[in-house]
Amino acid sequence: MFDLTGMTALVTGASGGIGSAIATALAAQGATVALSGTRKDALEAVAEKLGSDHKVVPANLSDAASVEALIPAAIEALGGKLDILVNNAGVTRDNLVMRMKDEEWDQVISVNLEAAFRLIRAAARPMMKARFGRIITITSVVGTTGNPGQANYAASKGGLTAMSKALAQELASRSITVNCVAPGFIASAMTDALTDAQKEAINTRIPAGAMGQGTDIGAAVAYLASREAGYITGQTLHVNGGMAMI
Amino acid sequence: MSDTADRVKKIVVEHLGVEPEKVTEEASFIDDLGADSLDIVELVMAFEEEFGVEIPDDAAEKITTVKDAISYIDTHKG
Repeated sequence: MFDLTGMTALVTGASGGIGSAIATALAAQGATVALSGTRKDALEAVAEKLGSDHKVVPANLSDAASVEALIPAAIEALGGKLDILVNNAGVTRDNLVMRMKDEEWDQVISVNLEAAFRLIRAAARPMMKARFGRIITITSVVGTTGNPGQANYAASKGGLTAMSKALAQELASRSITVNCVAPGFIASAMTDALTDAQKEAINTRIPAGAMGQGTDIGAAVAYLASREAGYITGQTLHVNGGMAMI
Repeated sequence: MSDTADRVKKIVVEHLGVEPEKVTEEASFIDDLGADSLDIVELVMAFEEEFGVEIPDDAAEKITTVKDAISYIDTHKG
């Protein structure tokens, strides 16, 4: 079950905690993975751990030309086909609404939402021809629940969810599924910086009693990428230890 | 019938899974051959590949019949 042997995947934001866990999970199921992100050295370190088949295709998703070049570069690196696209890259520019600058709004929408749209548009054509595709976007629980200080981030994640539903309907007849995985609190470099008291306060909001791990997200993505998940489309898989039940 | 017409009709038959005799030059992709909007996008992609022509979106919108496709390709192919 859930074997990805012979399939190829592109993961954006692949040097981060969740991104590298996604790449690792896909590779463990047999997929050949192209890792994208801005930090070439960090991507190469992840690729080295995964083994020799995997590729590094750096891109800066805040740069339109770089976004446009990414899918063709990934397809070339992966030997001519792309079965799985994982839109994982995302940025935050948190601020209360009264203080949020236009640039903070624009940067988050541009990287999180617009770049994902452009990557999906470019990937849809070869996937349509192949009559197969898996488009998986990493959103967030805050795209559904909201979160103070994150008007831009929550809007981008809610936008990704709605966009995925529209695209799921457009592409379903070609055996292309479009789904989201919405993490809750996942242990990462960002949450490591919190004090014990802050972590404690977070954990009391999570019925499971602890933050999730990157591997929890990786497993959810690997499942949605598999052939067995072919009848699931337009959905969001919430991976949050019961923090929000939607 | 021209070579272009033969090749266009062959692509239409393959992509839409329709009987060859239904693919007349006057046939409308949507009204007569049962294509949906996604089928049209795919047909245009297939024409571009087969004939090495670029069919921009505004031109693609005007291609509604088999004849439209044949004449666009005949005019623009290298």
